[in-house]
Amino acid sequence: MGKYLEMIRIRFLMMLAYRTNYYSGILIYSINIGAYYFLWSAIYGGKENIQGLSITQMTTYIAVGWMARAFYFNNIDREIAIEIKEGKVAVEMIRPYPYLNMKMMQGLGEGIFRLLFFSVPGMVIVSLVFPVDLSANAETWIYFFISIIFSFIINTQINLLAGIATFFLFNNDGLIRAKRVVIDLFSGLILPLSFYPMWAQNVMGYLPFQGISYIPSMIFTEGFKGSQVFEGLFNQAVWSVLLIIPVYVLWTLAKRQLVVQGG
Amino acid sequence: MQNIIDVQKLRKEFKSFSSRSGLKGAFRDLFTRNYTIKTAVDDISFTIKKGEMVGYIGENGAGKSTSIKMLTGILTPTDGKVVVNGMNPHKEREKFVKTIGVVFGQRSQLWWDIAVQESFRLLKKIYNVPDQQYEVHMKDVIETLDIGPLLDKPVRKLSLGQRMRCELAAALIHNPPLLFLDEPTIGLDVLVKLKIREFLKRINEKYGTTILLTTHDLSDIEALCERVVMLDEGKIIYDGPLKELRENWAEGKQIQFQFSEAAALEELQILTKEHLVVWEKGESDLIWVASVDSDETVISGVIGKVTAAKKIADLKILEISTEEIIRNIYVEGAVRHG
Repeated sequence: MGKYLEMIRIRFLMMLAYRTNYYSGILIYSINIGAYYFLWSAIYGGKENIQGLSITQMTTYIAVGWMARAFYFNNIDREIAIEIKEGKVAVEMIRPYPYLNMKMMQGLGEGIFRLLFFSVPGMVIVSLVFPVDLSANAETWIYFFISIIFSFIINTQINLLAGIATFFLFNNDGLIRAKRVVIDLFSGLILPLSFYPMWAQNVMGYLPFQGISYIPSMIFTEGFKGSQVFEGLFNQAVWSVLLIIPVYVLWTLAKRQLVVQGG
Repeated sequence: MQNIIDVQKLRKEFKSFSSRSGLKGAFRDLFTRNYTIKTAVDDISFTIKKGEMVGYIGENGAGKSTSIKMLTGILTPTDGKVVVNGMNPHKEREKFVKTIGVVFGQRSQLWWDIAVQESFRLLKKIYNVPDQQYEVHMKDVIETLDIGPLLDKPVRKLSLGQRMRCELAAALIHNPPLLFLDEPTIGLDVLVKLKIREFLKRINEKYGTTILLTTHDLSDIEALCERVVMLDEGKIIYDGPLKELRENWAEGKQIQFQFSEAAALEELQILTKEHLVVWEKGESDLIWVASVDSDETVISGVIGKVTAAKKIADLKILEISTEEIIRNIYVEGAVRHG
């Protein structure tokens, strides 16, 4: 356990080593939230609510969606791809730890850093500027935090899958980029899933992506009520467990055909 | 003495595809590819005992790195048996790698953006090294390698020589009984090289650390290893003491004369007709090289005759260097025995 905590700490230090990234990140997220706020104000155009969400709920949904993204989002897919391409994975293989767990911990270190130094101050700024409705209900907060931990797990597992795919494809920038768009779109980050046509909602019900953004955001904005919250959390939990299988299978195959590139 | 490394009939084949030429070929490559099988390591067998320092040499692409990667558990062998530290490296990877240290000269294993000591601290946690052992052992390592002042600097700000010393220290945090060094002195200046060699000798004496070293710099091997394993095209072409290699190959000496006035071949041959000498012209008419057997009477006889008859400006006796020996071996493609 000690080595995982140490790895999280190291990631923290690495994030601090690149402060510019940190500041520009805050700026980009604020611009995104602002842009979506103005877009949605125009769409609402004085209407009370659309699909059961009021304009305040909508703004909160967007703001929380992006702030949660700061926590679950990480670049470990790209990192794995780079390590494979540059042959650095050789160095990882001579360390006495499970590579994927360590990568996940690095992602977690990054996520906790962003949650504390990025999402929290960001959320304060956003709630001063835009009409965001932060719940006073302690239960909602607890469910929300449980939910974003699942978001992190699901998103990281998908990232691991995309990263390991480099073992077979050697150059998978395209796949990683496509994966990012798919997640932004199908997770409900850009548009709440209830806005999609019925057939699309049905399809997405069978996919893991809604567990990444839609479920935590709906819990936070209290768009989910009563048993819906537990159904959502249950859905996330199931996917968190189910995705272990493809990750494990792909990793076993990858190790078997590991070719360290570059000598 | 127990065998630290035991390799029997180890083999590794790579499947690689060859691209067809031209646009038409590129389109065909989209659907079917031509595969060729390349054997990088071809049925090699050797054993290394505890406390040995072995030089592992070969040209680029001879299969050195591939075999090291199989010994460290990074690559799975296609066929054959590998037992290192009593374990199968690939099967018991996590347990196994705790018993080895590896330095890849061309890849850093420290974290690029953070201070060296943070990397050390992380490695200490990863290898579960107790505080006390770490204190005593690392203090010694840090002092010997003289890296104390570098510890609070991020790795990216270190020079190559500084980084390499830190890499060595990092590989030794858990004081492994077996150390793999893959070109540890590549691109380093003489002083750093000497320091690293001294350090390696010291840990070998102090802890009985077994060291397997690959390098292109034969002076490293001469300074450290008594035994060399030489690879060519995936096969072992020599495995034995470095001394024997020298004795069998460096059969003669060369005497280089620089005369003050031009000399002719016949003239020199007549002078030294009593001995078996091969004369070769050097860079100009003034410089001549005599290749003779390593026999004192021959050497002094030749020098005596020549210096008595002709004025000389300079005289050198050259021994054939290990590098030349190795080159000769590769040119001939096999090792002569006896």
